[in-house]
Amino acid sequence: MSEEQTFLDALKAREATRDVAEPTWIAARRQAASARFEAVGFPTKRNEAWKYTDVRAIARGDFALATDAEFSRASAAALTLPIEALRLTFVDGIFSAPLSDLSELPKGVTIEPLTEALEANHEAVGAVLGRLAGVDFSPFAALNTAFAEEGAVIRLAPGTVVEKPIILQFLSRAHEQPVMSHPRVLIEAGARSEATVLEHHVGEAEAANFTNLVSEALLERGAILTYYKLQEAPLGDLHISSLHVDQGRDSRFTSFNLNLGGALVRNDIVTDLNAEGAETQYYGLFYAQGRQHVDNHTLVNHNAPRTFSEENYKGILDDRARGVFNGKVIVKRDSQKIEANQNNANLLLSDRAEIDTKPELEIYADDVKCSHGATTGQLDEKAIYALRTRGIDEQTARGLLTLAFAGEVMEAVKLDAVAERVELAVAGKLPERFNLSGLVETAVALGEE
Amino acid sequence: MATQEMEQLVRREYKQGFVTDIESDTVPPGLDENTIAFISQKKGEPEWMLEWRLDAYRQWLKMTSPSWAHLDYPPIDYQAISYYSAPKKPEDRPQSLDEVDPKLLETYEKLGIPLHERAALAGVAVDAVFDSVSVTTTFKEKLGEAGVIFCSISEAIRDYPELIKQYLGTVVPKGDNYFAALNSAVFTDGSFVFVPEGVTCPMELSTYFRINAANTGQFERTLIICEKQAQVSYLEGCTAPMRDENQLHAAVVELVALEDAYIKYSTVQNWYPGDEDGKGGIYNFVTKRGDCRGDRSRISWTQVETGSAITWKYPSCVLRGKDSVGEFYSVAVTNNRQQADTGTKMIHIGENTRSTIVSKGISAGRANQSYRGLVKIGPRARNARNYTQCDSLLIGDQCGAHTYPYQEIGNSSATVEHEATTSKIGEDQLFYCRSRGISEEDAVNMIVNGFCKDVFQELPMEFAVEAEALLNVTLEGAVG
Repeated sequence: MSEEQTFLDALKAREATRDVAEPTWIAARRQAASARFEAVGFPTKRNEAWKYTDVRAIARGDFALATDAEFSRASAAALTLPIEALRLTFVDGIFSAPLSDLSELPKGVTIEPLTEALEANHEAVGAVLGRLAGVDFSPFAALNTAFAEEGAVIRLAPGTVVEKPIILQFLSRAHEQPVMSHPRVLIEAGARSEATVLEHHVGEAEAANFTNLVSEALLERGAILTYYKLQEAPLGDLHISSLHVDQGRDSRFTSFNLNLGGALVRNDIVTDLNAEGAETQYYGLFYAQGRQHVDNHTLVNHNAPRTFSEENYKGILDDRARGVFNGKVIVKRDSQKIEANQNNANLLLSDRAEIDTKPELEIYADDVKCSHGATTGQLDEKAIYALRTRGIDEQTARGLLTLAFAGEVMEAVKLDAVAERVELAVAGKLPERFNLSGLVETAVALGEE
Repeated sequence: MATQEMEQLVRREYKQGFVTDIESDTVPPGLDENTIAFISQKKGEPEWMLEWRLDAYRQWLKMTSPSWAHLDYPPIDYQAISYYSAPKKPEDRPQSLDEVDPKLLETYEKLGIPLHERAALAGVAVDAVFDSVSVTTTFKEKLGEAGVIFCSISEAIRDYPELIKQYLGTVVPKGDNYFAALNSAVFTDGSFVFVPEGVTCPMELSTYFRINAANTGQFERTLIICEKQAQVSYLEGCTAPMRDENQLHAAVVELVALEDAYIKYSTVQNWYPGDEDGKGGIYNFVTKRGDCRGDRSRISWTQVETGSAITWKYPSCVLRGKDSVGEFYSVAVTNNRQQADTGTKMIHIGENTRSTIVSKGISAGRANQSYRGLVKIGPRARNARNYTQCDSLLIGDQCGAHTYPYQEIGNSSATVEHEATTSKIGEDQLFYCRSRGISEEDAVNMIVNGFCKDVFQELPMEFAVEAEALLNVTLEGAVG
């Protein structure tokens, strides 16, 4: 039996258990998506977009679908970020009302699990869902469309400013037989609305589940959306996600793509700058150790003149981990006066770690300013020595310098609880004896001399 | 400058387009094992060479044409190409310039490269390749005194079979890629250079390639070997007459540098690029690779690519020896409907290996150009170092410039840097020049030449002059 067949059979089995018929458009889309998935199959290394990422661990897996969302409050509390927020929690893809908190929902904001949004008005959802993430985007997007049942729908009325972050928490449990989930997120940000969304993946240490997330965000004129992803999934988890963003005039989108967990991780972010004045900013950090594999693909389409993009990704790789970065900027014909900058810096902490990076530019207009850079290096021994002479032990010195390397990205992170989790993972627990920041600057400067 | 004048300049036709009428000894179009046997027989090759070719052909049959490049061209009908074309009387090859067909000499005159004068003045030995067979080779004796072998690859197969057996296909294997396999099966000529241990080649070696007979693909094969502590600088340059039908060129160049050897390979490529609608023009699919086999060896590629309708070319270095050095300096210019997908591969295998990549792309008209490069640092390449810079200049709003730099780094002691920028010629730069009485055209030339300076200074003197002139001709009036 082919690897794809296992998934197609699971889809059939799931459909057989459905007692209430779905709206016809949903059924038709599932049909089209599964046909697409069957036709293209799982990507292989011969596929340029998957050249460095082997997905056989997923293709050969046998995943069940979770049937409940039980999770003890105590253990959930330990995993949940200490941020006062509007929160939706999903356990292995299934919505958990007890672990969610939507009290004090401001006026003009709708936050609903996908199932409820469909129940309330499935046509309104269907009009937008899938507009940005077509089934031909990738085999995984097709798989998601075929399976998707749960997720989140966030709608911001024009002019609404949401102060509290909106957190979408995805919890992964340990099972005898691993499970898969195909969540779907839809964000509609009305004109001049403003919000921060945080997608948080975390779970029980022994979990080895497959998450296949697809998110779509539409930003209307002047909307401002900050989208954090903190991926600290269990180290056995297989994680695939794609985020598709469509930007209207003068809108601003900022993405923080912070990856610490997962055995096999692939993130795609695609932004379409469709009208003048639209601006997108990508920050990324991936830290991988052991045999983790983290692949980040980003794409910015400058479809209109006077649009701007800025990208800064940092990779830190230890042990036998492998990192992949592929950033692409496409400037369409007649998209004049655009600016696009792209930067990827990588730090290799071990001799057996590997990074494959490809910052791409495709430019079809002439009055543009585009640049990209990619560097790979190691910690500066001179800088470590400089810190050691000031009485800092080697491990701390390395941690500090690694943090300094991630600095440009981490300084932009506005949610302290998120920054703390990342810093703890990257540098370990650091002493608070000194005012270390000045010292690190000195050490880095010494190393550069 | 008035837009009209600009347009006139852009539309200027290929200066070096003309056809010399020489009776060719050409096989009918088509490719099968008989064609290969015919070529091999024509060349008077030994049996093992025929076997080698047939093996390549059989591998080629199982391969498919690569489609990953950012190029758009109709499928090539390999059965519509004639695979052998030699000037008249191949068995009666001229021994000196006096014996050379006057029409051939006339061709060189038209190109502005009077062979003997050029050779004498510049001190360059010229192995002129005219339609696949080496017609004349000069300075052979002088090279012979130094112990340098410089001859056509066909002669080398006959006269130095041991060297050929030892080195041919060891850098670019027969089945390396689709076009290399095709070349291995049907190559008709090319150059062979062997510089023995400790010898610095007394002069720069040069081959002038020309494609002449219509419908004839040109499949050159070049092999350069530098033994320990040997050095050579090799120049390759080409022009071609105007044609309406696309001509296929699939060359293979192999360089081998042993311990402390240094090979410098410079190319100026100015083949017919097709007319302004992209009609005609050369399809140029080239596999060039250098193998730094010995410790402290060094291979340097410099290329100025201004011609061809399609360019598919990635001169590469395999840095095997410890402390070996690979360099790639490139200027590529595309105008009208030209398409180029070019770059390099630096494969770091040995310790302390270093590589430098400087690529300057200029795209004008409706042309599309891509830089595609790979820097690979193997797990044993401790302290490997790479610096890459690739800049693109866009002239006009209908062209495209793309960069696809691959980095595969498997060693924590590696330091790899990549920088790229894309921009247009600055209005302020132009204004600055114009305000000082410099015509817009000259200003553009100045700015473009300045943009390419880092590469031009790597070229040997006589090539640098030619390259600048070529660049100016290619881009004339591209700004408006």
